[in-house]
Amino acid sequence: MLLILLGVLILHLLILILLIVSTAVSAWSVTGGSTTDLWYSCLTNNGGYHCRPASNEDWIQAVQALMILAVLFCFFSLVAFLYQLFKLVKGGRFFFTAIFQILASLFVMCAAIIYTVMSPDDADKAFGYAYVLAWVAFPLSLISGLIYIVLRKKE
Amino acid sequence: MIYQKRATAHLWRTRCSLYSDANTCIALSICALLKQVSLNLQMPEQSQAIVIYTGWERHALVGSDIRLSCSFFSWRWTSEDVTFSWTYRPDGSRDSISIFHYTGGVAYVDNKGPFRDRLEFVGNPSRRDGSILLKNLDFSDNGTFTCDAKNPPDIVGRPSSVRLLVFEKVPIQAGVITGAIIGVVLGLLVLIVVIYYLMRFLVARRVFSLSVRSVPGPWLGALCQWGLCQGRELKPEPIPGTDTCVAKLA
Repeated sequence: MLLILLGVLILHLLILILLIVSTAVSAWSVTGGSTTDLWYSCLTNNGGYHCRPASNEDWIQAVQALMILAVLFCFFSLVAFLYQLFKLVKGGRFFFTAIFQILASLFVMCAAIIYTVMSPDDADKAFGYAYVLAWVAFPLSLISGLIYIVLRKKE
Repeated sequence: MIYQKRATAHLWRTRCSLYSDANTCIALSICALLKQVSLNLQMPEQSQAIVIYTGWERHALVGSDIRLSCSFFSWRWTSEDVTFSWTYRPDGSRDSISIFHYTGGVAYVDNKGPFRDRLEFVGNPSRRDGSILLKNLDFSDNGTFTCDAKNPPDIVGRPSSVRLLVFEKVPIQAGVITGAIIGVVLGLLVLIVVIYYLMRFLVARRVFSLSVRSVPGPWLGALCQWGLCQGRELKPEPIPGTDTCVAKLA
C-alpha cells in the first residue's frame, strides 16, 4: 500500500512539474531561430536575445487561461490528496482528488486542442517542446485521475 | 411591307373574331407575344458557368498584412490558360484600377498604382487559388477588390468582390480574456464549495428537519448519499397502515 501511494504521489508531482514547465516556458511554436507563444516571442540573433510580448489574440489568451487553470487544479488536487490521505475514513475513495485531477486534464486537453487548431500554419513553423509537454501531460493526468477514483484507503 | 401589314392585320382580325370581347383578345395576344420573346432571351445553362468565390468583407489593422482569397469552381479541368485578375475600387470612387493579372503561368503585380511593392501573389493556380497578399495596409486602402477568374473554355461567370475595411484600434488588450476565464472558473469553484459547506452547516443546525411524515423513501436515501445525514444511521420506519415512511435518526 505504501509503495502504491508513493508511486501515485511521484506521478502527481511529475504531472505538476510538466504542467508548470509547459505553461511557463514560451516555446509552443518554433520558427527558424525564434520561439513564440504563450507569453513572449523571442528571437535569437547573433547579437543577443530579443523578446517582445506575444500576440494578444483571443485564442492565445484562452490557451493561457486554460493552462494556468490546469496548473492550479493540479495543485489543488495535490493538496486534496495529502489532506484526504490523513482524514479519509477507512474504505473511502479519493473523490475530490480525482475530480480536480480530471478537471486539470480536461483543461490541458482543451488548451492543446485550441492551440493546434488556431495556430497559423506558416511554411517553416513547427511546434516546440512546451507544446509536446502539454500533450504528454494530458493522458498522464487523466490516468492519474482515474487511479484516484479506483484507489481506496485500506489499513 | 404593306402586304405584311395587311396580312398581319388580317391575322389579328381572324384570331380576334374567335373571341367575343375584343379587349380580352388583345390582352391574350400580347401575353403570347411576350412569352415568345422571353423564350428567345432565356438565360444560358448554369451548368457551364464558372463560379468565383471571395470573402464578403475583410477587416484588418493599419500596418498589418492581409490575404485576399479568390477561388473558383468550374466543371472543366483547370487549363493551362487559366487567368486571374484583381481590380481595386477605392471607397467613394467610381473608377476601378487593375492591380493584378495572372496569365500564361506568369503573375503580373502592380508596379505603378497604389499597391506597388506592396502586393504579392500567394495563390496556386493549379489548385484554383488566386489569392493575393497586401502588405502594410493604410486607411487609403479601404475599398472593394474584385476578382475575376477565367478557365478557358469556361469563361462565362460573374466576378466576385470583397470589401476591405482597415481599422486603427487593437481589438482587445492582452490578458483581459485570460483573467476573465480564470476568474470565472475559480469563482464557480468557490461558489460550489461555499454552497456545499452551507448545506452541511444548515443540516447540522437542524434547520432542515428530517422527521417530516410525508418525505418518501427514495428522497431520504438521496439526501443521505449526499452526506447530509452527518454519518448517522438513518432507519426508515413505515407508518402502519400507510405507504409512507418516517425517518428517525438513530
